Amino acid sequence: MTTRLTIDPITRLEGHGKIEIFLDANGDVDRTYFQIPELRGFEAFCVGRPVEEMPSLTSRICGVCPEAHHLAAAKAADAVYGVTPPRPALMLRELMYDAFYVTDHTTHFYALSGPDVILGPDAPVAERNILGVIHKVGGELGGRVIDTRRAGHRVIEIIGGRRVHPCTAVPGGMTKSLSVAERDEIAQIATQMLDFASLSLEIFDQIVTGNPATRDLVLSDLFRHETYYAGLVDESGKVAFLDGRINVVAPDGEALGTYAPAEYRDWIAEHVEPWTYLKFPYLKQIGWKGFVDGKDSGVYCVGPLGRLNAATGMATPRAHEAYERYFATLSSIVDGRRQPVHLRGASHWARLIEMLYAAERMIELVNDEEITSTDVRAVPTATPTEGVGTVEAPRGTLTHHYWTDDRGIVTRVNLIVGTTNNYAPITMSIDRAARGLIHHGVVVDNGLLDRIEMAFRAYDPCFGCATHSLPGQMPLEVTLRGSDGATIDVIRRD
Amino acid sequence: MTPIAKHRFAMYWASSCGGCDISVINLGEAILDFAEHFDIVFWPALMDAKYADVEAMDDGSIDLTLFSGSIRTTENVRLARLLRQKSAVLVAFGSCATEGCIPGLANLTATDDLIATAFEGPSTDNPEHIRPKPNWASNGFELELPALLPIVNTLDQVVEVDYRVPGCPPETERIAEVVALVGAALDGKATLPPRGSVLGAGHSTVCDECRRERNVKRLERFSRIQALPPLQPDLCLLEQGLPCNGPATRDGCGAKCPSAGAPCIGCYGAADGVTDYGARLLSAFASVVDANEADDIDRILDGLPDPVGQFYRFSLAGSLLRAARTPRQQAALAGVAREVAQ
Repeated sequence: MTTRLTIDPITRLEGHGKIEIFLDANGDVDRTYFQIPELRGFEAFCVGRPVEEMPSLTSRICGVCPEAHHLAAAKAADAVYGVTPPRPALMLRELMYDAFYVTDHTTHFYALSGPDVILGPDAPVAERNILGVIHKVGGELGGRVIDTRRAGHRVIEIIGGRRVHPCTAVPGGMTKSLSVAERDEIAQIATQMLDFASLSLEIFDQIVTGNPATRDLVLSDLFRHETYYAGLVDESGKVAFLDGRINVVAPDGEALGTYAPAEYRDWIAEHVEPWTYLKFPYLKQIGWKGFVDGKDSGVYCVGPLGRLNAATGMATPRAHEAYERYFATLSSIVDGRRQPVHLRGASHWARLIEMLYAAERMIELVNDEEITSTDVRAVPTATPTEGVGTVEAPRGTLTHHYWTDDRGIVTRVNLIVGTTNNYAPITMSIDRAARGLIHHGVVVDNGLLDRIEMAFRAYDPCFGCATHSLPGQMPLEVTLRGSDGATIDVIRRD
Repeated sequence: MTPIAKHRFAMYWASSCGGCDISVINLGEAILDFAEHFDIVFWPALMDAKYADVEAMDDGSIDLTLFSGSIRTTENVRLARLLRQKSAVLVAFGSCATEGCIPGLANLTATDDLIATAFEGPSTDNPEHIRPKPNWASNGFELELPALLPIVNTLDQVVEVDYRVPGCPPETERIAEVVALVGAALDGKATLPPRGSVLGAGHSTVCDECRRERNVKRLERFSRIQALPPLQPDLCLLEQGLPCNGPATRDGCGAKCPSAGAPCIGCYGAADGVTDYGARLLSAFASVVDANEADDIDRILDGLPDPVGQFYRFSLAGSLLRAARTPRQQAALAGVAREVAQ
């Protein structure tokens, strides 16, 4: 008897997706498929558009992380014209982006994954939402979550012009400088954000590391994969969100190498499968070996887990302290090499360390006198040709690559988006969770669906983004099918 | 005092980026007031209700549904029909649902070519030219993927729509007004405007709420922003040579983009009484250009290198054109008309 299991819909996620689990004649997991059901085609219909419009056009790939697309596009457009924006413009982009990081990581930690991490897997379903989280941590903190999100969007509106889909980054810089009054408003917000980020790390300590049941779940081997990791680092090897080189480390901590964004095609290729609209990026020099762990498999992981593993630390003092503690707790030294953290659940912790870094960095930026300079746009003089722009989106390394004619009209577009990099690891985590929980056709845990969804949420996947393509809802359906392909059962959570 | 029964609210995303949902979530504390008056019965972004739960509801039992996203797949059509059937008031919410938005520019390209571009891209490893298949079988396993429709459609091209809320995304303050108005109407304390009206926006144009100073001046050329030196902070962007879509675009956003030094790109769609956004904008531009000779006109048009993008950036799918006038896209248009009619 082969059985097929379907989950529909996956909720509290950004974008669409569907899971199919097939069982073999013994009732054990034979193969798991995670499908992405749509394509919007940005790479095709952006051809013919003026390159300066790409920051606005591509921000519509994702309403959850439009800032990431807006700035990756602006960097690619800068590169197309070979123009370097003035320092104040680069600082404004970074300040907006750090505020976005605090906001986005807050949303994920409290609203999307909070029910898993803070309440734990055995909480009643009716409480497993943001209101249940607020109840557990107290109404005052709930208010601060809302305040932090509002303040973050206020910073984005001041610098980016709008709260969703910003409009101010253009080739050569920004369309708007920062007034002194606006700078002062942001300085106040940055201080609040720093407090909030510190508090969030304390909460993680108390509730997660202080609670054995939750700790076991978040740091469970069920969600462990030995893969490569990649992320942007600055010149001293610290985590960077907007500028730097991409560093790649092997599952045993060995350095594979580091490359400039424009060299991405020497390092990354995308594998295709006929059962999904999304591609599977892998490390070219290792090769695509299928959905498997290990040093011989080209599968790599990005996002908070990947960034921290690929770096040597954080560029601000308090975040660096938290970084050191994270590795002291979760990693070890083998043959003189620091071992990467392979537990997918550790992403939640890594995310909060990044939140702290972003808030600290905001304070450094608002205290720089040049932040209110009106010199925010350089006029390019070179003939436009081709350019690559890479940023770290919260969900992973995001690359925009444009080719233009000599008028700066786009002739070709290639995009590799944050979550797409993680498509193979996410598929593997789902498969691992299913194998751990289904034996001989029997689901060994009533929380199967919850646990499979948790395997997902640790990555904070955004499939709207991933396929430049997807509409929103994330239906997760697990259908059990027999070896004849017939549907035996559809599992839904009520 | 007897508590008033709560109204039933749903929000859905079809082919969308999720920005409309974010804009609603940005209501912040106001969303708690909202929860006092509405029971959220379906909202995939935030809660765990399933399609089967919606199917089990009585027809017309959802008081208010905000439907964002365009209709791109067979799955989107199914949900549009289901929510129409279950909703007393169905609102096309945001640019994708009302006019197709930027992803509607895909109607310039045949669907096969969209897929080929994605699956033969410069970093793609695909020597066997594999394409996603709606039905794929291997080793006795069969997997289905929703099929893409031949073109992007707006919600009202597929089902009847009661109201439209424009914007990419609708501004949070406008959303608060719409929800308050519908809530008051459901309580019998307000009257909704005639069915088919635009809610959550003004009746004029972005220029009317833009703070930049306008002097009626003739334009000798259009320029692209990267070619211009720093702009004057208080002067109309169109007068400084930037093609700004303010004259044809509905107000209600607060003219945020021009205020931040960026031209209006038209996300609030056509103003009242305008049948075709692109035609209206073309006429607005024509009225300010200073050209009498054919050569002058050619020179000025050179400053607008992407006419279809300029005039139909957000509105192509909902416009009179709907799709490119190529034989393949016209055949696709006819095909989708048949498919939707079924």
